[in-house]
Amino acid sequence: MSKIITLDKLKINEIAKVISIDSKCELKRRLEDLGIIKGSTIKCEFTSPFKDPTAYLIKGCTIAIRNDTSKYIKVKKI
Amino acid sequence: MIKRIALIGNPNVGKSSIFNILTKNNVHTGNWPGKTVGNKIGKYNYKSNEYIIYDLPGTYSLVSHSKEEDIAKSFIESDDYDIALVVCDATCLERNLNLVLQTLEINNNVIIAVNLMDEAKKKNIDVDLNKLSKTLNVPVIGTCAKNNVGIKNLLDTIESYEKKDKIKKNKMTIEKINNESSKIASDVVTYHDNNYNKKTRKIDKILTSRITGIPIMIIGLLIIFWITISLSNYPSDLLYKLFNTFGNYLFKFFNKLNINPIITSIIINGLYKTTTWVVSVMLPPMCIFFPIFAILEDYGVLPRIAFNLDKIFKKCNSCGKQALTMCMGFGCNAVGITSARIIDSKRERLIAIITNNFVPCNGRFPTIIAIISMFLIGYSSNNSFLGAVILTIVIMLGITMTFIVSKILSITILKGIPSSFSLELPPYRRPNFIKTIINTLYEKALKILIRAICVALPAGIIIWIFSNININGMSLFEIITQFLDPFGRAIGLDGVIILAFILGFPANEIVIPIMLMGYLQNNTISDYNNLSELKNILVTNGWTIKTALCTIIFSLMHFPCSTTCITIKKETNSFKWMFVSIIIPTLIGMIICFIINLLFIII
Repeated sequence: MSKIITLDKLKINEIAKVISIDSKCELKRRLEDLGIIKGSTIKCEFTSPFKDPTAYLIKGCTIAIRNDTSKYIKVKKI
Repeated sequence: MIKRIALIGNPNVGKSSIFNILTKNNVHTGNWPGKTVGNKIGKYNYKSNEYIIYDLPGTYSLVSHSKEEDIAKSFIESDDYDIALVVCDATCLERNLNLVLQTLEINNNVIIAVNLMDEAKKKNIDVDLNKLSKTLNVPVIGTCAKNNVGIKNLLDTIESYEKKDKIKKNKMTIEKINNESSKIASDVVTYHDNNYNKKTRKIDKILTSRITGIPIMIIGLLIIFWITISLSNYPSDLLYKLFNTFGNYLFKFFNKLNINPIITSIIINGLYKTTTWVVSVMLPPMCIFFPIFAILEDYGVLPRIAFNLDKIFKKCNSCGKQALTMCMGFGCNAVGITSARIIDSKRERLIAIITNNFVPCNGRFPTIIAIISMFLIGYSSNNSFLGAVILTIVIMLGITMTFIVSKILSITILKGIPSSFSLELPPYRRPNFIKTIINTLYEKALKILIRAICVALPAGIIIWIFSNININGMSLFEIITQFLDPFGRAIGLDGVIILAFILGFPANEIVIPIMLMGYLQNNTISDYNNLSELKNILVTNGWTIKTALCTIIFSLMHFPCSTTCITIKKETNSFKWMFVSIIIPTLIGMIICFIINLLFIII
């Protein structure tokens, strides 16, 4: 069993399952609309030249979010 | 009977492409989420029926986060339409189904168009449209709007659709909707190849890498400018010569007809010359720059620019999407300001609006190119690379100023911390080159010509009248420019340049023509047979490198044009922010020009 980490700790090309989004996250609802929801698979694709934001593959789309948003998202590496 | 159709869907799935095909419109469609702002309404006729179609801004769900999503949401909830045509992206149907399910909760009169079927096929993704239709109990049509595939089928389906009584369903939680769409998607979509976005990934690795990301953007900009300057110099010169020769014939022709010399002078020296100058100096660079830019936009490069620059914007307490509004500002600042609606936070939207003017629009951009070509490198010389380098530096200066002003605004009058944001990076898509080039040329060239005629003509007349009304032996033009002169000199310019900028308020395209007219009021232009000789006019009127530099800087940083001001007022709903947007760039431009002037005096 792998540990639960926050999404910003996920390295490039690693895949994880979403556990939860902290309700403090102001983007919670938007992220859910984009398909970041309990149980969905998320893959870290690449980061910007300044390491932030990071692009994730989620339900076939590439979505970029800032690291201070992704730290609200708990995931489990698979 | 008239049927009303609401076009709804996730951002960047091709709603506008479908809208364009149905209404035979030619509005440019980009490849980035948020291209369409506000409602577009179109009409079409099919088999003796009339249809009204509303192109709504893209939205991920019917819970609004931004101004744009709110428009889509309230429209779908209203009774202002008969059928909701939900456009989906075949390559990521699962997420798109969230919106379909939410729409079905509100209204059961839904038709689904699964667009981008060609892209899905290329990526080896199979979508079972029949199964989807049966599952949801609504008509489903596969389309590929770019290549006009499936459109007839879509038209027939809309035509034969019988409106059902509206049934409102209970709203599901977002979790339930997500689960439901996952279930449906796994039923109807088959992936034959898990590496379907390999190519996009490869390009992204280069365009966003730590080492190459930023340099590639700057070099790319430089190359585009180089192409623009080197390709436009020759046609500019040619057009100028042609107009000049024709003007001389026109002059002789008017003389032969014994037309009053005053009228001849107004028409030839006022109307004809300003207009033809605008056309010959402005048109060629724009006809080269904008198609290239539109092609890059269609490929999907713009969101990557926003992605690369977001960290810097975040440092300035603003939003990476501001980069998208800046890119739009290249075309027209008014458009850039409207596009700021994609920014969710009101504070960050205001910052984007106020700073948008630091990107030169299609009126000022060729003005800057013209001064560089005319004064710094010469039209006939082969120094277009140097010109491109100078232009790149100027644009970078504008971008740097955007960052600085954004930062200053967010620690003073627009205090706040950066809000969170998400940005979708669409796959790279090969644009339809010919269509994009023709559309942009048609849209831009026509717009410029119309603007040239609408603004250059009256401006030409005003200048002519100013220079022909004499008070105490001095023309009104001289009186005004002499009054403005000391002020102009203090910031490295002169009275004529200042007056040209003031008269250029309705459209920046005419700043240079007005300037030249001002200098030439005692001269006849026929002495000058090609554009390179225009430098002589400037030099005889006291221009030096310093004047050219200051004019370029002031062109980059001064009050926005009238249309932009009106747009700012409309978008912010306040005169205060309009004035702020006028004062900030003007003040900064004046300060920088003052410093440049001082430096030249000291050195």
